[in-house]
Amino acid sequence: MTTARPNSFRSGPDDRGHFGIFGGRFVAETLMPLILDLEKAYAEAKADPAFHAEMNGYLKHYVGRPSPLYFAERLTEHLGGAKIYFKREELNHTGSHKVNNVLGQIMVARRMGKKRIIAETGAGQHGVATATLCARFGLDCVVYMGAVDVERQQPNVIRMEMLGAKVVPVQSGAKTLKDAMNEALRDWVTNVHDTFYCIGTVAGPHPYPMMVRDFQSVIGSETRTQMQEAEGRLPDSLIACIGGGSNAMGLFHPFLDDPAIEIYGVEAAGHGLTQLHAASIAGGRPGVLHGNRTYLLMDEDGQIEEAHSISAGLDYPGIGPEHSWLHDVGRVNYLSATDEEALAAFQLLSRLEGIIPALEPAHAIAKVMELAPKKPRDHLMVVNLSGRGDKDVPQVGDILRGRAKAQ
Amino acid sequence: MTSRMDARFAQLKKEGRSAFVTFVMSGDPDPETSLAIVKALPQAGADIIEIGMPFTDPMADGPSIQAAGLRALKAGMTLKKTLQLVRGFRESDAVTPIVLMGYYNPIYIYGVDRFLEDAKAAGVDGLIIVDLPPEEDIELCIPALKAGLNFIRLATPTTDDKRLPAVLANTSGFVYYVSITGITGAAAADSSAVGAAVARIKRHTALPVCVGFGIRTPETARAIAANADGAVVGTALVDALRASLDTEGRATPKTVSAVADLAAALAQGVRGAQQAAE
Ligand SMILES: Cc1ncc(COP(=O)(O)O)c(C=O)c1O
Repeated sequence: MTTARPNSFRSGPDDRGHFGIFGGRFVAETLMPLILDLEKAYAEAKADPAFHAEMNGYLKHYVGRPSPLYFAERLTEHLGGAKIYFKREELNHTGSHKVNNVLGQIMVARRMGKKRIIAETGAGQHGVATATLCARFGLDCVVYMGAVDVERQQPNVIRMEMLGAKVVPVQSGAKTLKDAMNEALRDWVTNVHDTFYCIGTVAGPHPYPMMVRDFQSVIGSETRTQMQEAEGRLPDSLIACIGGGSNAMGLFHPFLDDPAIEIYGVEAAGHGLTQLHAASIAGGRPGVLHGNRTYLLMDEDGQIEEAHSISAGLDYPGIGPEHSWLHDVGRVNYLSATDEEALAAFQLLSRLEGIIPALEPAHAIAKVMELAPKKPRDHLMVVNLSGRGDKDVPQVGDILRGRAKAQ
Repeated sequence: MTSRMDARFAQLKKEGRSAFVTFVMSGDPDPETSLAIVKALPQAGADIIEIGMPFTDPMADGPSIQAAGLRALKAGMTLKKTLQLVRGFRESDAVTPIVLMGYYNPIYIYGVDRFLEDAKAAGVDGLIIVDLPPEEDIELCIPALKAGLNFIRLATPTTDDKRLPAVLANTSGFVYYVSITGITGAAAADSSAVGAAVARIKRHTALPVCVGFGIRTPETARAIAANADGAVVGTALVDALRASLDTEGRATPKTVSAVADLAAALAQGVRGAQQAAE
């Protein structure tokens, strides 16, 4: 399915929320009036300088932006090719890029007069960011999280609870992110009068994919400026991991119309693409779920399949609709990394750079290990280090200790 | 040729009563039992039958209907087999309208044009697709109307007067008023609020208005039906079915009658409504 290459890759979505055939608003009627309200409220906020001024103040003093662009000298030497830079989103308050988007959405929710915030979370990073900003602004917060993820991301569950949020373990399906999203949508349908649904990635019904992308684009905008300062020119390639694709969209979007820049998104290949995985583009087809049309993992009857990844944050059978479109028009290259490759990258980065990454960006690092050695030494590569590994330390620790014992 | 749906509502009007609309999940707990249940429903007093198309991720359904869908999928149910079930039903019933209810993705994957053709041929009369609001009418609603199928839309308490015309524009057969903001199986709305809402919708359309979500008992069914052209019951029937299963979730000799008996009691409630209202 190839669409004509447009003049600009940055103009989407159209006014009905479509990126090519992807996107749209596939939700129950109960939610439609609210989604139209949100679209209007966001358009007004976007055009209001006071909104941006307030947001920029919090980004600087509360989130800690701009995040550094760091030259990873030891990794560069080790791989012997491209000059590798990290965009340090893991240094943000709450430990990942998720906070950029949550701040924006909470500002919009406040403008709409909403007092109750709900969210879904996989790794817990989006839940922690949401719980944090709800605490900061005195809003009620309920976070839906698959029961399996509640188990494997305990540190984040504890953090959310400390911040005053209610964490609801979801027992349906595979008890992971997809099921948490279904449950959050059910809550929203039920409490639509006072509740704002803070979606954690560039997915869901329009305007969410666009709104979340806009809030995350601060990552790419800063990178442009910082790389100019560091090297006097733009990067040659960008790379980021993809669950729903928000950290990737945030880094990529400001560069989409620079045709010379290579862009790579990395999906989770789990046990491998022919087995259990979470690579929607590599192993899926266009379908409709959670309010949008996008690439999805499903069977021949259109039933959604469970995704698998070692990383709870990438364990989702879909991907944001703008990525689906960028894939179809050929602007972004979508690759995938397995659980094992991510684990190896996790360890390499910890040892070489003194940075313990989250398992999610470890997938991006895994592909850097493949791509960087093939590039010339003057090639500038930026990896989005979307989150830090604190939440994964117990899980990875168990795996590594288990292996050491087995030997 | 008048459609089965229009003929049914014309007949109900003549009889001076509201429709009793039943919802059951196709293939729950297995394809054969499911067909037997659907066949038993008109006998029990169902005027219109909604058949759920199982989906892995039913975002607007509560635990009961969600579990029913998963039982059906586990028993190997597919969209194709749902159409076979309708064909099986049509062998013995040419008049009861059948409405398929579900989510868009399985239809999208089946292929919209092929689905509409096969559904029409199988004897389907209408579609209710929960995740296709009027904003996405070109996906399925417009092609369905062209193919001669009713496209029945949900109106909800959040659908205000400003939005109602958009919701009603391409609706046909009847309007399904969802009495609460919430998922299937949630608590019932009070009948006076529902009555007001039905009256509001009727100011915008000549179509019959049926009300669903939260109706579990003959008493509620009667109260709702007194103010609407039909009362829809789903979760209560699905719960009766589940309660009849063995510990492994398989059908027992009681399964078909468990659903049919409850349907008969609910039908009595609906039929009582007009007498009471007179
Ligand atoms: C650190 C980190 N990176 C990436 C992701 C994946 O989300 P997205 O693809 O939207 O950036 C998550 C999700 O939890 C995360 O915690």
